Amino acid sequence: MVPTVSIPTPSGDSTAAQVPIPSLDVDPFSMEFFANPHPVHEVLREAGPVVRLDKWNVFAVARYAEVHAVLNDPQTFCSRRGVGLSDFAKETPWRPPSLILEADPPAHTRTRAVLNRVLSPAVIKQIRDRFTAAAEAKADELVAKGSFDAITDLAEAYPLSVFPDALGLKPEGREHLIPYASLVFNAFGPPNELRRNAIERSAPHKAYVEAQCQRENLAPGGFGACIHARVDEGDITAAEAPLLVRSLLSAGLDTTVNGLGAAIYCLARFPEQWERLRNDPSLARNAFEEAVRLESPVQTFFRTTTREVDISGFRLDEGEKVLMFLAAANRDPRRWDNPDNYDVTRRTSGHVGFGSGIHMCVGQLVARLEGEVMLTALTRRVRTIAITGPVKRLFNNTLRGLESLPVTLTPA
Amino acid sequence: MPSLTFVHPDGRPETLETGNGESAMMAATRHGVDEIVGECGGNAMCATCHVYVDDTWIDRLPAISDDEDALLDGTAAERQSTSRLSCQIKMTPELDGLVLRLPDRQV
Repeated sequence: MVPTVSIPTPSGDSTAAQVPIPSLDVDPFSMEFFANPHPVHEVLREAGPVVRLDKWNVFAVARYAEVHAVLNDPQTFCSRRGVGLSDFAKETPWRPPSLILEADPPAHTRTRAVLNRVLSPAVIKQIRDRFTAAAEAKADELVAKGSFDAITDLAEAYPLSVFPDALGLKPEGREHLIPYASLVFNAFGPPNELRRNAIERSAPHKAYVEAQCQRENLAPGGFGACIHARVDEGDITAAEAPLLVRSLLSAGLDTTVNGLGAAIYCLARFPEQWERLRNDPSLARNAFEEAVRLESPVQTFFRTTTREVDISGFRLDEGEKVLMFLAAANRDPRRWDNPDNYDVTRRTSGHVGFGSGIHMCVGQLVARLEGEVMLTALTRRVRTIAITGPVKRLFNNTLRGLESLPVTLTPA
Repeated sequence: MPSLTFVHPDGRPETLETGNGESAMMAATRHGVDEIVGECGGNAMCATCHVYVDDTWIDRLPAISDDEDALLDGTAAERQSTSRLSCQIKMTPELDGLVLRLPDRQV
């Protein structure tokens, strides 16, 4: 697929100097694109600092500098009109908007502060031993098995063994968690088949999640109960608490699954990097981070302009949707040396795989903890990771990952 | 541009030039100071750019925000009275010569 770039001639009827924005005929929400987005990412980056995507009538940024700038200017590029294609000013959202993701300051500031405290570094210290023990047990089980699917048996199984408990969920119904997250991330996309199918099948998953967000259904001591406890402090209302718990249920599991899957996929494809990691397991945390940069489990998010704005010399009107290609920014050669290489020693600080600015992933510390302890547990037990069957891609409007990754481990 | 000295855990000083409006964390990662990780990229969310400010400088820095204060409770190395997050220290001409001591671990 070679996208066409066309440069429109400036229209003469505007008083402002209009710089023509390159138009591209790509559909970044098509199966063909999802199968291999990287060549198109390059076209998007090279076409200009901002481009127009005719198919969905939106603008897009794919270079690191512009993606970072848009992420860090929430006043101009707002989230309250939705961070998917749907403009909440014109369409009814498929679910009540998130009080944190789909909110701007000052409303966002208060709810963000609550989640920041619930998932703070101090809290992470408290759960570390529990998460480590579960990772060690999982690694023992997988090494004993030898051959397995690294997505279902590892990337999904490990977070499912720790995160729902940390949240304080009941044992029943947890099978709804991944389908619910998959629905949320598909719903950020355009009204294509992926989104339509996900929403059509959403009723049972939505009902489960809505129930689990209620105070009486959350075990004491978990993240969910900690959010509800802030109602007693007067920081949030009783009506707001369930919606904030919903944010953790939406964004806390499937993203980590794809992050862990990405890490195993990278380490299997770059055996010399696995060797380096085995020789120095203290690199495990960075090895996970580098996989998040390279594979970007969350590929894209939208913002909406709140006013006329210039992006690197290109004029956009108020009320335009701007699609940020986080994944393309994370491989922009203007920012990264050898961007397509997986390097466990790379200085990854500044990558936008978790976003940047006020909306940066609130659960990033939990994700990193899970990634670090799982990879560390493997380094101590595994000599080689080999891909031993067909790798199947996962198709989702926002998430990038695999559906299946058959591997064989040889013990150390 | 204001200069800044990081003192490594073994006592070795490393002086570097900072950029205009750069934070101490960004200057450190740009120059490859190993002890500063900066996982969140300077968004005050991770506490992996922890430093101990030299006693002679501590009172000359802007006050700690509530967010930074909460994050400092979660640092990997022990929090001390001079602990700060280097991403929250914006370099200005008044801070020329600032001395920051590096903890032995960040995660």
